[in-house]
Amino acid sequence: MNKVLLIIQREYITRVRKKAFIIMIFVVPALIIAMGAVIALIAKNSGELSNQQIVEVVDESGVFAGKFHDIKNLKFLNVGQSLTAVKPEVKKDENTSALLISKDYTKNGAVQIYSKKKPGFALTGEIEKQMNDIAISDNMIKHHIDTAIVRSIKSNISISPIEVTDTGDKEANVGAAVGVGIACAVLIYLALFIYGAQVMRGVIEEKTSRIIEVIISSVKPFQLMLGKIIGVGLVGLTQFAAWIVLSVIATKIAGGAFSSPQGGIMGALAVLQTIHFGFVLICFLFYFLTGYLLYSALFAAVGSAVDSETETQQFMFPITLPLLFTYILSVSVLFQAPDSPLAVWLSIIPFTAPVAMMVRLPFGVPGWQLAISMSLMVIGFLFTTYVAAKIYRVGILMYGKKASYKELAKWFFYKE
Amino acid sequence: MLSIRNIVKQYAGHTALSGVSLEVESGQIFGLLGPNGAGKTSLIRIVNQITAPDSGEVFFNGEKLNQSHIERIGYLPEERGLYKKMEIGEQMIYLARLKGLSRDEAIKRLKIWFQKLGMETWWKMKIEELSKGMQQKAQFVATVLHEPDLIILDEPFSGFDPVNAEIIKDEILELNRKGATILFSTHRMESVEELCDAIALLDKSKKILSGKIRDIKNTYRNNIYIIEYTGEKINFNGAQPFELIDEKAGHENDYTIRIKLKAGSDSNEVLQYLIPKTHITRLQEVIPSMNEIFIEQVNKIA
Repeated sequence: MNKVLLIIQREYITRVRKKAFIIMIFVVPALIIAMGAVIALIAKNSGELSNQQIVEVVDESGVFAGKFHDIKNLKFLNVGQSLTAVKPEVKKDENTSALLISKDYTKNGAVQIYSKKKPGFALTGEIEKQMNDIAISDNMIKHHIDTAIVRSIKSNISISPIEVTDTGDKEANVGAAVGVGIACAVLIYLALFIYGAQVMRGVIEEKTSRIIEVIISSVKPFQLMLGKIIGVGLVGLTQFAAWIVLSVIATKIAGGAFSSPQGGIMGALAVLQTIHFGFVLICFLFYFLTGYLLYSALFAAVGSAVDSETETQQFMFPITLPLLFTYILSVSVLFQAPDSPLAVWLSIIPFTAPVAMMVRLPFGVPGWQLAISMSLMVIGFLFTTYVAAKIYRVGILMYGKKASYKELAKWFFYKE
Repeated sequence: MLSIRNIVKQYAGHTALSGVSLEVESGQIFGLLGPNGAGKTSLIRIVNQITAPDSGEVFFNGEKLNQSHIERIGYLPEERGLYKKMEIGEQMIYLARLKGLSRDEAIKRLKIWFQKLGMETWWKMKIEELSKGMQQKAQFVATVLHEPDLIILDEPFSGFDPVNAEIIKDEILELNRKGATILFSTHRMESVEELCDAIALLDKSKKILSGKIRDIKNTYRNNIYIIEYTGEKINFNGAQPFELIDEKAGHENDYTIRIKLKAGSDSNEVLQYLIPKTHITRLQEVIPSMNEIFIEQVNKIA
């Protein structure tokens, strides 16, 4: 066991010391922050006006004049003059625009806005909203409906979904569930590939550099394989841990910089809190670890069977197929029907479960399904490790032999 | 020291070893000979517990071979290499620790070896920065650093330039003098006669010959002598007490003949016959070289 620790230590330290690893640790959170910042900026710009705007209202209908109310960064001025008198001012200042409301304002094209620059959606949207409100109350007055009553019964409705659970009702956010589910699925999918491939490359490196025989004269092939898999897995965990810590710190800082309590990152974080975050994180770690153990054993077997990385193609395809298949389904179909039979099956079969289950989790998964899925994951990785170890111990000593599936099957049945 | 009993090893399709038995005595330099594909590497891998035999047993100092013996064996495989991107020092410490040395002990011994072989400046270098010969030297140090009782070298001199091969040969001899038993495989005969105390010859998965070099050579003596003389050319007409194999004329009146003794006669009889006729300058028994024995044996089987 002592020797496995030595191998783990070497695999871990040589990888963690690499420049690429250190760079990746900082690049990924930086990208997340940059993305968050872009989203926050877009949200800010589309939601509200960024600078002081003046709208000169030329009202030919007489219905709207004086009824507009100013909001932050937007000021309405009523000018009795005709449009031609206002136009020079509009031409001069790009923050001034002229709103022309003709007599028959309900007709299409009867309301026009003149400005030096194309007006933003925030501006036209706000004006449309105010005009609709004004027009409705104007019509109500015309039809002798008491506007006071209307105002008192008028409500501002937005739907907030509440999930009914045993522990009491809780606020649910469908958008956040989809987002977290897909993000986790993508992350697991990428991580399985990246670290699985690292194990495979490590095996190939040992084989092509011919150090393998020296090492397995000191340790058993299984110990070497296990040490490598665990070592690389720890590198993966270190990377995740570093990303999580850095991202939390970064969002705290960035949250201050882009402070607007509802929008941007803080808003997103508030939304995320509607999901059992700790639970999802624990499941994520479980599925990453078991999925990684399951796949990296197979990757190690592939690495042992070939002489160079270019030869891995024929074996890589069937290994990556279930993952790729689930990944594509996840981002297209599964999140729309997280409780469909397809989704349930995919989240139980060990080869597809790590990705499929992550998509389903934020929507809530029955305990028994999770239990079956998790136990199958454990059985699954024990099984692939067993199969892989049998191929690996033979493969690492085979040079210059083009391995076929038939050959691999033979290796599997070799006595030690 | 090492007792290999009736080892059988089969791979799908072919037999690598069929019932091979060997005895390597403590302190010996033992040569495992045989053409390529004879089963040498398969046997060595079994002794190193890299693979297990289908049947048969190996005893190490009287104990059945087990995991605890790994640390007492040093192995330099034929297919050898080191991690390309790892610093030599770290790498050697790692390999030594896998063989059970502590980190401090490994560093201490490495410093001595590095100094001895002029490798002091290599410590921080990566393998890819070294020449092939330098890599081999480093690898040799890694093999013997844990001071194994049994050193197994598979084709140790392949890949070494003559200078380094000589250095390594001297180191092997010195380790042997200090008590290590050496088992090495080769298909190069020139190194066998000057190094080995005993050999085993494998061919087509079977042992066809084994024993001490001296004993083997004695068995293969076939009463052939080389004689050189100066003077008139002698005409052998069949009346002489030996068989003439061939004769060659040298400078001026020098002649060389090769003869085979008749059964029951000896070299003195030959001399008695020749001395009255000519002036003898040389008489020497032709003892077959290991190379000749090797080729003869392998061809006999084929």
